[in-house]
Amino acid sequence: MYPARFRYEAPRTLDEALDLLATYGDEAKVLAGGQSLVPLLKLRFAAPELLVDINNIPGLGYHREAADGALEVGALCRHVDLEYSEILGERRPLMASAAPLIADPIVRNRGTLVGSLCHADPQGDWASVMLALDGEVVAASATGSRTIPMAEFVTGPFQTVLLPGEIAVEARVPAPKGTPAGRYLKLERRVGDFATVGVAVALDLDGGTVTRAGIALTGVGGNNLKAAEAEQVLVGGTLDAATVREAGRLAAEIARPRTDHRGSAEYKRHVVATFVVRALESAVPVAA
Amino acid sequence: MEKRRVTVTVNGEEQVVDIEPRVLLAHLLREGLGLTGTHIGCDTTNCGACTVLVDGRPTKSCTMLAVQTDGHEVRTVEGMAKASQLHPVQEGFKEEHGLQCGFCTPGMMMSAMALLERNPDPTEEEIRWALSGNLCRCTGYQNIVKAVLWAAKKMQPAGA
Repeated sequence: MYPARFRYEAPRTLDEALDLLATYGDEAKVLAGGQSLVPLLKLRFAAPELLVDINNIPGLGYHREAADGALEVGALCRHVDLEYSEILGERRPLMASAAPLIADPIVRNRGTLVGSLCHADPQGDWASVMLALDGEVVAASATGSRTIPMAEFVTGPFQTVLLPGEIAVEARVPAPKGTPAGRYLKLERRVGDFATVGVAVALDLDGGTVTRAGIALTGVGGNNLKAAEAEQVLVGGTLDAATVREAGRLAAEIARPRTDHRGSAEYKRHVVATFVVRALESAVPVAA
Repeated sequence: MEKRRVTVTVNGEEQVVDIEPRVLLAHLLREGLGLTGTHIGCDTTNCGACTVLVDGRPTKSCTMLAVQTDGHEVRTVEGMAKASQLHPVQEGFKEEHGLQCGFCTPGMMMSAMALLERNPDPTEEEIRWALSGNLCRCTGYQNIVKAVLWAAKKMQPAGA
């Protein structure tokens, strides 16, 4: 399959890329890893006039911990960089467990975390991870930059608040408040399939006490969903079996799964509850 | 439509081609350079049959624009054998019956070769993980894994 014709530019600086976007507006599309965009071009679901390939812009491939303890992920940081990261491990256990579950190993070699957020597929895994961690997206334009909370970034399936002249240049995760714990669990029919159900759990702990909890769901709604009530029951205490089960029940309650070829709505809702329990149990010791 | 000049090293040889930006790497290899060993399977980024190495990393050539390889290095299945000497991965597929219909084989071998370059002594589990983006519709995975184990053993330095 061939994409429809488009003009192609591969600027060497971010300023040049932003100028092109300022000129072309919503006729332009940014190309990073291309693992979602290129298939869309081939299927002609997307037919932009101009592709702005940002792969030749140096200095966007990083992921690093900033002085304030926040994690910064550049627009060209590939999934594989996070999968084999030496800095994620203990500090970002949720991200470390999610990275090897993104798509398949070949796609992970090119696809990017920031690109995945911008693509805003409701079945994308990183959006749930970022929601659970209260992440943010930094968007640059020819006139400046702004930071957008992940909870406000996605407006609907495949839609974000990014303006036509903006490029998402970085994703940020705030510093953990205490000892971080977390886990991503994903049910998929085979490697590379979209999640039947995905559950992201991130906790910050002070001793055994939960000081912050983030839970988000993949594949069971029109968007990635944040399970605020389930988070609430975890905060302020130590984890015991009854509390963990209650969190699972509350998370399943906000899920809005649809019956499809991956499973019935009832089944998916059940998996949400089970995964919340399992993710919590595997992330931290839970009292009987 | 305006064509772009692309200079790309394919299997060690520099190629200069003028192509439309919408041409995919798989098209450039197969139609532009006549390297039909790279197979297009699903054409929708699912199957991995079209996998080649771009700067050493397995990449779905149906999901990358050929213009993006300007200044980069691409390796395909045609670059594996040296003269009449098969690459150990190719030999492994032959010895362990790692192919049935053969359609997924070039992509499988590219992923396997990249794995062995990164990890010369992988476990069976690591092989299965590394090949999990390559689908075999004959479902011949058992022998494919054996083939890669065979190649890993063959590639161990003598006495190891």
